[in-house]
Amino acid sequence: MEITIAKMILAAVTTAGDRRVEGCPVFYAADEAEAAEMCLVLSRVLEGVAHDMGNGVYIIVKH
Amino acid sequence: MRTRKTAKGLKGAEAGLNRDLATILTGVVLGTLARYWMLRRDFRQYPSYPHAVVTHLALGFVAATLGAVAVPAIAAKEYTAVTFLALAATQFRDVRNMEREMLVAIDQSSLVSRGPDFIEGIARTFEARNYLVVFVSLAASLAAYALSPPYGILAGVLAMLLVHRFMRGKLIGDIAKVRPAELHFEGANLFVEDIHIMNLGLKEIRRVYEEKGRAVILEPLDDNGREILANVGQRQAIAHDVAALLGIHRDVDTAEFTPLLRRKAETGRVGMVIVPIEPDMECLLAAVRNVPVLESAFVRPLAARAGRCAAD
Repeated sequence: MEITIAKMILAAVTTAGDRRVEGCPVFYAADEAEAAEMCLVLSRVLEGVAHDMGNGVYIIVKH
Repeated sequence: MRTRKTAKGLKGAEAGLNRDLATILTGVVLGTLARYWMLRRDFRQYPSYPHAVVTHLALGFVAATLGAVAVPAIAAKEYTAVTFLALAATQFRDVRNMEREMLVAIDQSSLVSRGPDFIEGIARTFEARNYLVVFVSLAASLAAYALSPPYGILAGVLAMLLVHRFMRGKLIGDIAKVRPAELHFEGANLFVEDIHIMNLGLKEIRRVYEEKGRAVILEPLDDNGREILANVGQRQAIAHDVAALLGIHRDVDTAEFTPLLRRKAETGRVGMVIVPIEPDMECLLAAVRNVPVLESAFVRPLAARAGRCAAD
């Protein structure tokens, strides 16, 4: 039986450096392009989906 | 005098034996054929060919033998032979467990899983089909014993047709109207017409959906259909079947392309998105329509007064 963590925020990527994002691994990006690149890598590595919170914060969640 | 009597008795015994043999043979052959016939209708759900076919044909043969032997045994006043049927029931319950365990194990390694509801439905069907084989072989051997083997064959075929007629479940196409739909994005959110499907953060993923994604809408024909489509296991079964038939544009690390079915609570309509390898819309619609309605999802609120009353 394979055990995985699902329905949990595995990581967050943000371009908003002044915003406090806590509670999970947080990656700060310089701009949107870098954030998208980091999201792509993280979602592939974690086998999760990158969701756009709409305020400059992306979360990686495994479903 | 005595010798003649013995010879006559022997002859009689021989005739009886031949009759028993013909009866059993008719039942066994018809029952095994019935199992083979039912297996042929399984390919979409369960394509493990050819070893699984051998396993199930062998079990079908056992079931057919049990059904066929029952009639001559009762005719010979061997009533205890009927307890064999109880043994059969235990055996076939094991078939269900075997199928369930196997399907659960392989479900983890498929890109779009069947889900526990679909697996339970398949396992239950495999168990039930063995009982149906017992029924077919019992009918065939009864007619063969009472009349003659040709009548036994006729009775067996009739029993098979009866089984075919009454064991055919409903399909999604019977309970819902399936039609093509347009998908669009509002910011990062993917919609099929007015049904929200999911939030996709990455532009590349959104572009793939816009280029290759296909969407359908399932509109329940009545309140029964609405409740069937509300079942999560049923929706997972649709996603699995469609992905298996049309191919799926994903791998283990691209969870974004998992086909999804989401429901609009206000209308009961269900929207589906998939990025198929074969983008043919007609085939997609046909694939969705031909998904079986799961026994575990099948509910009929309209059969109850409260359900009918609420439906107006």
